[in-house]
This record gives sequence, C-alpha cells and structure tokens, in this order.
Amino acid sequence: MARESLWQILLTTILSGNFVLAMFLGMCPFLGVTHSVSVAFPLGLATTFVIVIASLSAYLLNWVLGLAHLEFLRLICYIVVIASAVQLVEMYVKKNYPPLFRALGIYLPLITTNCAVLGVALFQTARDYDFMQSITFAIGGGVGFTLALVLLASVRERVELADVPESVQGTVLVLMLAGVLSLAFMGFAGLGGGA
Amino acid sequence: MSESSPLLAPPSTWEEFTEGLWKRNPVFVMVLGMCPTLAVTVSAVNSLSMGVATTFVLAASCFLVSALRKLIPKEVRIATYIVIIATFVTVTDYAIQAISLDLYEALGAYIQLIVANCLVLGRAEAHAARNPPLAATMNAIGMGLGFTLSLVMIGGVREILGAGAFFGFSLFGPNFQPWVVMVLPPGGFFVMAGWLLLFSIVRRRAQMRAQENERARAAAETSGACHGA
Repeated sequence: MARESLWQILLTTILSGNFVLAMFLGMCPFLGVTHSVSVAFPLGLATTFVIVIASLSAYLLNWVLGLAHLEFLRLICYIVVIASAVQLVEMYVKKNYPPLFRALGIYLPLITTNCAVLGVALFQTARDYDFMQSITFAIGGGVGFTLALVLLASVRERVELADVPESVQGTVLVLMLAGVLSLAFMGFAGLGGGA
Repeated sequence: MSESSPLLAPPSTWEEFTEGLWKRNPVFVMVLGMCPTLAVTVSAVNSLSMGVATTFVLAASCFLVSALRKLIPKEVRIATYIVIIATFVTVTDYAIQAISLDLYEALGAYIQLIVANCLVLGRAEAHAARNPPLAATMNAIGMGLGFTLSLVMIGGVREILGAGAFFGFSLFGPNFQPWVVMVLPPGGFFVMAGWLLLFSIVRRRAQMRAQENERARAAAETSGACHGA
C-alpha cells in the first residue's frame, strides 16, 4: 500500500475512490447542503482546507504519539485538533464573508463531525502513508469531495424543475441521484492502479 | 416502571426506550449517521456488529454526559462530549480488535469513525444533556437498537441481492447469479432509497385512509344532525 505513487493516490481519491461516492464519508453535508452550487462549492472548499490541515496535524501527531508510545490517545487527539481547525475556519469565514457564513449555517461547525475529515486522518494512518503521500491523499480527498458536492448540487438544481411523484420527493430523490452518480463513478474503477 | 407512569407526566422510561426503535428511528426518520449506514452494510453480520458497537458507545456516552450534565460548563460542552465519545470509541475499537480480528478488518476505520457519527453527538446534545441518567440511557439504548435494526434491514437486503446469502448462509444454491452492484457503493444508496420510498408510500396511504375516514365520519355526522333537526 505504502508504495503507491503520488499520481496514483491523487487520481484514486478524486475519481475511483471518491470520498463521498465510493467510501461514504461526509454524507451529512452531501445530503444537506447540495440545494445549490453556490453554497455547495464554498463548503467544499472550506472542507478541503480543513481536510488538509487535519491531515498535516494528524501526521505530526501520529509521529509524536508514536515516540511517546501513546497510540491509544490517537483518536482523541485527532478529534480535538480537527475541532480547533474548524473553529479557525469558522472565525475566518464569519469575519471576511458574512453572507456565506449565513448561507452555510449549522453545516460550517458541523465540519467537525464530517467523517471525511476524520476519515482522512484515520485512513492515512491505517495505510502508513509518508508525509507527501498524506498531503496528496488529503488534497485529492478534498477535491473529490468538492467535485461530488458540486455535481449533486447541479443535478438537484435541474431536478427542481421536473415533475416528481410526491412519494419520491425529498431524501429518496437525493439518494437515488447519489446512487446514479456513484454508479457513474464506478466506471473509473481500476484507474490509478485500483483503490 | 411503565405501569406506574401517570398521565401527562414526562415520558416514562418505557416510552423513552421505544421512541428510537421506530417512531423516531435514527436512520429512516431522522436520517442521521449516514456514513456507517451506507458504508458497512455490505452484509448482515457487518451491519449487526456496527449497530451493536454504536449502541454501546451511544448508551455509555449518554449515561456519562447525563450524569455530568450539571458539572459541564455550557461553553465547552461540545468539546467535552466529543472527548467522552472518543474515549468510549477507543474502548470499543480495542475490544473488537481483541474479540475478532476478521471483523476488525472488515469494519476497518469505520469503527473509529463512530466518533464522527452525528447520531451520537446529536443524542448527547439534544437528549442526554437535559435528562437524568436513567432516562438518557434508556433513550440511548432504544436509539441504538433502532439504528441496529435499520442497519440490518439495509445490510440484509444488500447481502441477499448482492451475494445470495443471509448472515453468511447461502439462500439460492450455486446457480444464483449475484446482483453484484448491490454490494458495491451504489447499492447502498439504492437500497436506502428503496426503503425510504416504501415507508413514504405506506405513510401516504395511511394518511389518505385517515382523511377518507374523517370525511366519511363528518358526512355521517352532518346527515345525522339533519335528521335530528
């Protein structure tokens, strides 16, 4: 696993091993804030930023904890670091982009409990990635997450105008759309040397 | 406990317990905790173990949060809950690793991802922080069992269609051609959508029947009133 090239990792995490559509990480914002592209895209970027920060800190933390033989504290340390990173992003967005802050609402602080962020930290530890691999994995994951969010949001914007049976409206429709998207992404399987 | 519940009192322990099982099922009604719901439900066994692990974490964290609810300052409550939850998840992680290594490998990082399950933090914040330990724990166990139930429902369907088996027992003999896509990621979305669609149709039917009954009763009443006059 640890010998994957950076290019392979990047391609895998964006396409064939997409965080949302293949690994089911970060489902809450995926189902919750994909009403319109103008909200989905900034949230994707914010999450990408947090993912990269989390990945960097997780790599350093893992090294320090490994030196001190305190591996059982790993999970607690990761989650505390992620919560602080999210707090940072929240303050920055609130100060510089107030309208965006209002549009994202509860989903901005909820990045803390976004499995994609913690997922990156845990998977890179489990797969023994080195420093460059971790960063690539994080960037690829973030880009893949943003891509999935924007794709679903644009599909949902179109479906708004369609005449859908009443029983199918709401979550059912979103899940079906997500399923079709996921089916499409399966076409990338094998790209980048398999997940 | 349930017999002595007076009318108009706060919900009894029994009601706390049954609430999460079906009426406010965490997956199908509240749509919480979607990541593990879709990711690990490739087989009924995986779903059941994930459900049990989550139930344990949920019950233990809700008990502790509820017991400490007067000591935790408001400003740092979310951070405190997360640390409590992370502690129990670490315990669960090590316990599963000790019990079955196969299972541990099948569930992988998703056990540790219970920390980021919105269901757990949501219940801690919305219920456990406002209720005494007994009620909070019962509610958490109910929610956990409801979560387990829905996971097994999704996992069962996916395993039957995608592998032709249920809890590992082959159902259709060797000639069965498995519908492989059901155990792949898209299958998770489709099966979940299928269950939700089924429930929404059933709910609409029930509503329409109730409305019709209402109308029939109203018509009977007005005609009765006319006769009376």
